[in-house]
Amino acid sequence: MDDKGSTMAAALAGEPHANTPKPSFSASIAKFRELGLLVFIILLSVGVQLRNPSFLTWENINDMATNTAILSILAVGMMFVIITRGIDLSIGATLALSGMIAALTVGEFPGMNPILAILLGMGVGLVCGIVLGFLVAKIGILPIIATLGMMNVFRGLTYVAGGGKWVSAHQMPASFKDMATGSILGINNLIFIALIIYVIAYYFANHTRTGRQIYAVGSNPESAKISGINTDKILWLVYAIMGGLSGLAGVLWVAKFASAQGDTASGYELSVIAACVLGGVSIAGGSGKISGIILGSVLLGIMNNALPLINVSPFWQNGIQGAIILIAVLVNAIVKRGVDRNNLMRRKI
Amino acid sequence: MDTRIITNKRDFSLKGFFLQWEWMLVLIFIGVNIMNMSLSEYYWDYNNLRDATMNFLDKAFIVLPMVFIIILGDIDISVASTVALSSVVMADLYNMGVPMPLAVVICLAVGTVCGFINGLLVVKYKELSAVIVTLATMIIYRGIAYILLEDQASGSFPDWFSFLGWGYVGSIPFILIVFAVFAILFAFLLHKTVFGRRVYAMGNNSTASFFSGIQVGKVKIIVFTLTGLMAGVTALFLTSRMGSTRPNVATGYELDVIAMVVLGGISTAGGKGRMIGAILAVFLIGFLRYGLGLVNVQAQVLLIIIGLLLIFAVAVPKLKWGKNKPRKLT
Repeated sequence: MDDKGSTMAAALAGEPHANTPKPSFSASIAKFRELGLLVFIILLSVGVQLRNPSFLTWENINDMATNTAILSILAVGMMFVIITRGIDLSIGATLALSGMIAALTVGEFPGMNPILAILLGMGVGLVCGIVLGFLVAKIGILPIIATLGMMNVFRGLTYVAGGGKWVSAHQMPASFKDMATGSILGINNLIFIALIIYVIAYYFANHTRTGRQIYAVGSNPESAKISGINTDKILWLVYAIMGGLSGLAGVLWVAKFASAQGDTASGYELSVIAACVLGGVSIAGGSGKISGIILGSVLLGIMNNALPLINVSPFWQNGIQGAIILIAVLVNAIVKRGVDRNNLMRRKI
Repeated sequence: MDTRIITNKRDFSLKGFFLQWEWMLVLIFIGVNIMNMSLSEYYWDYNNLRDATMNFLDKAFIVLPMVFIIILGDIDISVASTVALSSVVMADLYNMGVPMPLAVVICLAVGTVCGFINGLLVVKYKELSAVIVTLATMIIYRGIAYILLEDQASGSFPDWFSFLGWGYVGSIPFILIVFAVFAILFAFLLHKTVFGRRVYAMGNNSTASFFSGIQVGKVKIIVFTLTGLMAGVTALFLTSRMGSTRPNVATGYELDVIAMVVLGGISTAGGKGRMIGAILAVFLIGFLRYGLGLVNVQAQVLLIIIGLLLIFAVAVPKLKWGKNKPRKLT
């Protein structure tokens, strides 16, 4: 806000080429970003493949894709939250809580249909999300404070629900664990579910009224409200979606790793936010695309998988991930400045 | 100066005086103490209380500058990682043969630099919220701590170093004295200096402050740097108390610290709150923890309680006075 003056001054000082309007400039930047991400992913893969030939084997790719599936499911929900200028730090805990409850339930009733377990997990997540949505939309607590507080509540409940113990592989029926290893039409279930969610989310975000309203609320809450959008409802919806997806991811996570622990996915929210930021979802709200976050998730998935393969100590992963988030955020900001300046120049003529 | 009334220094009324949040805190504090006393007969004992104070005061050092940050309307969630990084660097250097006093100074310096980097990024990239900047640095600082020490613990400090966390002056814990000194300094800085007034002004309206000639960026960088410095101080006391350090020390401190500040009546919307509230909240949460710990309430249940307390503290003022004000949408 404060640097508006300086931006203006720079624009007035203006370069001479300002009088050729470039309407597609911001669009081309956005395209360039995704292309850039794709090129970077390919270069990274080639580089890792040269160092370690076991990287691009079918097995490893499948493994990476299943890992990325959970991350990207969460990233879809997080994208909607961030589009409304919010953030959700509680998803790791929501994931753990719903995973734990689903695991305990299937442990108790081994004959249960896995679909029911998924629905149960999603239900738990949905409730968590609705609570958050209530705090953020109705009471008006800052998303970071609300989710930080509830993160602890959910995490504590996870420990309490599990009685401080793990639910381990032998307590889960085979049908439940098969969920993560089985396949539909030759595609692993997890990947299949993730694909379905991409399609639904894409349609929802781009072709439904509510979806567009989410973007409207994020880019300008005041004018969204004035133009008759029920901003409270949208905020509530967004956190509920995030919660439901976290619940789904929780069940899938527990099925995949065949264990539910009190500290499942602790800190995972950071990876999810990283995937969103890498994928070009603007923290300032109002912009973000499904294609972007898929690429962001894939990049993170590859990094997590590839670093150990090229003998980077696992202790470096945190630092590298943090640095990538920071760089992505800064690049976003700088690109945004360029776009804004360009728009200002265009307005001058 | 008279025209710039920023906090509500209206006419004194007895009713208004006692309806302040700080008095609520005093009441809750007394309530917590009564509850604890009825829960355990060992609670109300001078030695026990004194030693309990030593257990929770380490993170209280970060609460003081965090009050400034929240009054500014920002947030810093990287403080726990800063503590870990400063602590690990200190231990690493000491074990590499650097004399301990120098290592202590470097520990403080590392914290200060971490805070300065946060401040610089927040100021230079105004379009980014402090949340995302400190989120990134939180991962990076903790990441560097892991790179330095991997999964090792590092310790065996000289004897005098343990005085910081365990020592007494007379019968008063050393850490309590240091905290009291810092608390007075920070309260003075916030309430009695031009700098403090500027912080309030910026918290109320950053743009207006900028146009009335406050060097907004400078103030912000100073506040974030102070936070880093105090995270370094926390690292000293925490390390001394534990006798060794690991890259995962102080996890979750950011939540505790923010909970204390918010519970102390400092509004997350910025511009409101007083230092005394946060200090009361430190002791409130500390004694609550200690009391419930005495009757063997699980650490995880405590997590839930602290989380709910945080939500409660933010929600209550909004429920009560929210109707009179136009809703802030962003």
